[in-house]
Amino acid sequence: MSDGPNQLLRLDNVCKSYHKNLVLENISFCVNSGETVTLIGPNGAGKSTLMKISLGILEVSSGEVHRSKSISVGYMPQKVMIDEVLPLSVRDFLYLRPGINYDDVEEALETVRLSHLAMQPVQSASGGEMQRILLARALLGKPDLLVLDEPVQGIDIMGQQEIYGLIAKVRDETGCGVLMISHDLHLVMASTDQVLCLNRHICCSGTPEFVQDNPEYHAMMGRPMEGVAIYTHHHDAEHEHKHHGHEIEDHHHHD
Amino acid sequence: MIDEFIINALIAGTLVAVIAGPLGCFMVWRKMAYFGDTVSHSALMGVALGIAFDSENPLIMIATCSCVALFLLFLQRDRRFSSDTLLGILAHSALSIGMIIISMMDHFRTDMMYYLVGDILAIGMGDIYTIAGVVIISAICLFMIWRPLLSLTVHEDLARIEGINVNGIKIAYMLLIAFLVAVALKVIGVLLITALMIIPAAAARTISNTPLQMIIYSSCGGIISVFAGIFASSQWDVPAGPSIVLSATVLFLCGRFFVAHRA
Repeated sequence: MSDGPNQLLRLDNVCKSYHKNLVLENISFCVNSGETVTLIGPNGAGKSTLMKISLGILEVSSGEVHRSKSISVGYMPQKVMIDEVLPLSVRDFLYLRPGINYDDVEEALETVRLSHLAMQPVQSASGGEMQRILLARALLGKPDLLVLDEPVQGIDIMGQQEIYGLIAKVRDETGCGVLMISHDLHLVMASTDQVLCLNRHICCSGTPEFVQDNPEYHAMMGRPMEGVAIYTHHHDAEHEHKHHGHEIEDHHHHD
Repeated sequence: MIDEFIINALIAGTLVAVIAGPLGCFMVWRKMAYFGDTVSHSALMGVALGIAFDSENPLIMIATCSCVALFLLFLQRDRRFSSDTLLGILAHSALSIGMIIISMMDHFRTDMMYYLVGDILAIGMGDIYTIAGVVIISAICLFMIWRPLLSLTVHEDLARIEGINVNGIKIAYMLLIAFLVAVALKVIGVLLITALMIIPAAAARTISNTPLQMIIYSSCGGIISVFAGIFASSQWDVPAGPSIVLSATVLFLCGRFFVAHRA
């Protein structure tokens, strides 16, 4: 792989082992501006480890990580628990990001439609609200690259679509690149350009449609191929997200 | 007319309380109370070394406390032992070293109580200058690092990705505690320094809505405790250090039981 002008992140043959136990083997991929790359895979596949390596929080055992030096990164961690002993409002939580002001915070809260929570203790936010707050934090500082570790975990299906819709909207508006972990291919298909199926190594990768039909994917996820609906990738975001919920609930009848 | 030693005690106590407030808040937020204890126990080793070298130089104490704090960071790299195990090892080892060295000084027969609970009423002008110097430097450092320190307290990985030098800030915070312990030893003693950091911070929690409020209330609570403790001590002839701590405890209990519980 060579450096393109829009390339934000590139991993070359990355391996990672803990105590001689190989958890990631020969991982190579890249993320470009305006592109969404989704990591998908079973528990223990090394998704979060790969994400932390991409961010530079963890060192690689071998291989190389190239991250453009000048870019700003927005990160949404998997779970954030803030102890009650710290009196922290939602607004102050967001304000922790260095180099921003309260206007930026308000703007980010508006983007995720949580302006009404600004002065509430951050601990009082529900699971879904917390995910949106974390997304707002990631959006502060105008990231060139958004890295999202299971952005929708613990959220009901309507909330999931809303968050994925928000992410796609931000990407389309700002042209940032997105690298995210998801556990459900169908929900992210519409807004994903490239899917990487990870189970210690990359089992298969490509467009969502390609991965969807790939036997490796089904072997990895332990699901039979039948009964899985196929959606096409098109860019009419608003329409798509309304549409998806129904199809997912109804697809058994169609087949 | 108030006696000079009382005024000295009030000044020294206020100086220590001002900086113990914010450091204590972070200690409570970061769940590092046991770390404070470890550093203060190691201060007794500093005392012993000072006696061995026949020197009253506060730098010996600062250096000892800082070394223990940094040694802890080094030990923490081995993930097989949790922090509280390592702290337990360090705290009691340092305490034991200190006590053995002190016991070996045949010519030195001072009351151990002095080091354990401090003697704020024996503070002289020289001590006040030392304390003031350390407190001013600590306050400036803390002012510079408090926002990044708060950020990494909330979430370390997020702070790191947002460009904060996490390890540098953590070390700075640990050194600030070591500095405070070193100069607060005379004021409140090895056993009670952590209390002066933790209790006002905990008391402040019940009436605070923002981190900054909690820091300010915590410093104020500390100052009130110092005044109340010294007053009680001179009034009823009880030790000053424990009186200060108990005053802080009363503040905490008032906050806990009389301030309406916030949702």
